[in-house]
Amino acid sequence: MSQTSCCQGTHAACTERFEIELQSPDDLVIALAGNPNTGKSTVFNALTGMNQHTGNWAGKTVGSAIGRFRHREHSFTLVDLPGTYSLLSQSADEQVARDFICFGNPHATLVVTDATNLERNLNLALQVMEVTDRVVVAVNLMDEAKRKGITIDLAGLQEQLGVPVIPLSARKGEGLPELKDMLLKVALGEVQPAPKLLPYSEEVERAVADLLPQVEPLVGGVLRPRWVALRLLDGDESVLAALEQYTLEPPRQIRSGEVVIPQ
Amino acid sequence: MEIIPLPELQIGERARVVSLNAAGPQRRRMLDLGLVPQAVIEALRKSPAGDPVAYRIRGAVIALRREEASLVMVTRI
Repeated sequence: MSQTSCCQGTHAACTERFEIELQSPDDLVIALAGNPNTGKSTVFNALTGMNQHTGNWAGKTVGSAIGRFRHREHSFTLVDLPGTYSLLSQSADEQVARDFICFGNPHATLVVTDATNLERNLNLALQVMEVTDRVVVAVNLMDEAKRKGITIDLAGLQEQLGVPVIPLSARKGEGLPELKDMLLKVALGEVQPAPKLLPYSEEVERAVADLLPQVEPLVGGVLRPRWVALRLLDGDESVLAALEQYTLEPPRQIRSGEVVIPQ
Repeated sequence: MEIIPLPELQIGERARVVSLNAAGPQRRRMLDLGLVPQAVIEALRKSPAGDPVAYRIRGAVIALRREEASLVMVTRI
């Protein structure tokens, strides 16, 4: 399923809501997500050529956590999200990251993972893949992994995830050209990742199937209905609040009980 | 194998997670930190007051308060 735009026009990223200024409407907007301590800031700096930046995540704006770069005649705006282990817990950082990936409609989302600690990092990657198809996974700190004797089956990982996987040693600049190429291809739709989503237990899948016909007409153009159904089953009220905040059509049918959530 | 709450694990000991006695957002939080069944956890050190305790969970060091840790059931390994 391709994610359609929530803004006017077909492929516009919805950056105004997050107080992000684009240099031109053609800018390709890339969201940068990752666990804490994965070298996400190093990747940000390596891509944008900045030596430092300070994120200001007060409130719900991401205005000062952005950088820009050009690649093959295209301008990119890179939005550095707070480092999080998850999009689903209730901290302010996680909600900012979730809201931007869900409602900012970035052209692609780059998930930076730590090659020395992949198991922990894939939780976030899988969660992002549940929200959007347009995901690129960067396996960073490949140099450190090599030193520790860790080898990573990159082709196998890419096969299992269904999204492009790019090895990186951001500190040394290794892998950056390949990463930029892949971000460009995904942002332009030349490469269409097909995330392999986790099936849940039979019980949960049945409840999701029950909810989908009701959820789809309400959020279909904005969010992936399966993801919203899963959050409703989670009892995650903050998703409803975010839907009201970021979309024109408040999910009042969900609030008013017209959508029956299986218990 | 004896199942114990995590705070009974001594510093330097390792254990495997059996279950979480938490629900809702707290359970979600714990799962996101890597506390899933079968995950290996190691008690690293205590803070000066003895609470919280730093644990190594799947390659990251995470401090848990006794109140939270007591909801995590483990077996020593």
